[in-house]
Amino acid sequence: MEIRRIKTPLEAGVIEELKVGEKVLLSGSIYTARDAAHKRFMDTLRDGGTLPFDMVNQVIYYCGPSPAPPGKVIGACGPTTSSRMDAYAPKLISLGLKGMIGKGKRSQTVKDAMKQYRAVYFGATGGAGALLSKSVLSSEIIAYEEMGPEAVMRLEVRDMPLFVINDANGNDLYDFGMSEYKR
Amino acid sequence: MREVHVDRIMGALEELFVDANYNLSQNVLDILEGSIEKEESPVGKEVIRELIRNANVARDEHIPICQDTGLAVTFIEVGQDVHIVGGSLSDAVDEGVRRGYEKGYLRKSACHPFSRKNTGDNTPAILHAKIVPGDKVKITVLPKGGGSENYGEVRMLVPSQGKEGMKAFVLEMVTKGGPNPCPPIIVGVGIGGNLETSALLSKEALMEPLGKRNPDQALAALEVELLDAINKSGIGPQGYGGTVTALDVHVKMMPCHIASLPVAVNIQCHAHRIKEMII
Ligand code: SF4
Repeated sequence: MEIRRIKTPLEAGVIEELKVGEKVLLSGSIYTARDAAHKRFMDTLRDGGTLPFDMVNQVIYYCGPSPAPPGKVIGACGPTTSSRMDAYAPKLISLGLKGMIGKGKRSQTVKDAMKQYRAVYFGATGGAGALLSKSVLSSEIIAYEEMGPEAVMRLEVRDMPLFVINDANGNDLYDFGMSEYKR
Repeated sequence: MREVHVDRIMGALEELFVDANYNLSQNVLDILEGSIEKEESPVGKEVIRELIRNANVARDEHIPICQDTGLAVTFIEVGQDVHIVGGSLSDAVDEGVRRGYEKGYLRKSACHPFSRKNTGDNTPAILHAKIVPGDKVKITVLPKGGGSENYGEVRMLVPSQGKEGMKAFVLEMVTKGGPNPCPPIIVGVGIGGNLETSALLSKEALMEPLGKRNPDQALAALEVELLDAINKSGIGPQGYGGTVTALDVHVKMMPCHIASLPVAVNIQCHAHRIKEMII
């Protein structure tokens, strides 16, 4: 299967080229955030504060890693179920977020926002946390340290294996793949 | 009476939870290998290859297979000729879990149901103890992730819904889960008993080795039929579409009340971490 290498920050030209079902290897900085961090983002925006990082052209990874063993930069770091972030994602997309990494289906509202603002949703293989940790070169907590595995981290990744689930044109790998193999 | 000290049980628990979270069993690896051939989708095949690579990295580089290292599900069969000495069995189990999750760098996922405050050490364990004949203690651990556990359910069917109703329920649960329980999944079905025994049977069904059929011919046929139907759903590895949605289905059944038909479905992900030890 053909594999495309891409990097962050995600450029508009690259986003337009990405096709549903395609495997990509992602390099650059990405940010981890789960439910609790997203909730804090919303509270911060409501109170007129600044987010821990600028969303423009960035990628968020829905992930709460296991503790880093001695000598390792991170523990197992597979994706968590993305739908729990559906309520918050459209707001971040409207602020310039271009990519999300997780597992599982997104709501129609998120898909609409992705299409409107030209963003993509990538799937990392759920339960491949050991393999995914191999693409993490360094990790640094940048906000909400007290939240443990829910803290926001900046990860430097190299060749992180992902699949395009939703491209910017409204295509969805879950619908398309399932109907193709349904017997 | 054979005496078994609680410290041995504690030590076994500590070791088993770490072992389970780092070393995928050969049985699961073999089944994953075999499923590459059965998968028709190129994306699906690539996902399964990633899972095998993942298991190898976990073992060789000592990184947990998955970051969700589960609630500490523990089954203990205590021989009736065993006398457990030195303290409380359940305290020993919790202490073993506490140590294993701390020393093994495993994620602690147990929390208060409403405040969501983490208990901090992954206790209490989900302990099921049973008295059996003999003078041995058999311990089986099954650290179980939330993503797959969330798609299980117990349903009290109307007896007239029968076998067809049961099959429809199983397929409904698999479809509802879709990509979320990390397919390829393993499905445990518990039929009969009452509300809680059907649930327990469904969990015990998950503990059967993959590829092994029920000794009861009729149930063996049912397992094959269900597996086939699930794999026709099109969900496929990670839900990206494909012909391997489940690696296996196990069914356990027992008599129930004349007025009831309890059925429980318990879903397990491909990260099927299970280890046992006999003391
Ligand atoms: S469902 Fe299983 S493989 Fe997927 S994230 Fe949860 S524990 Fe890991």
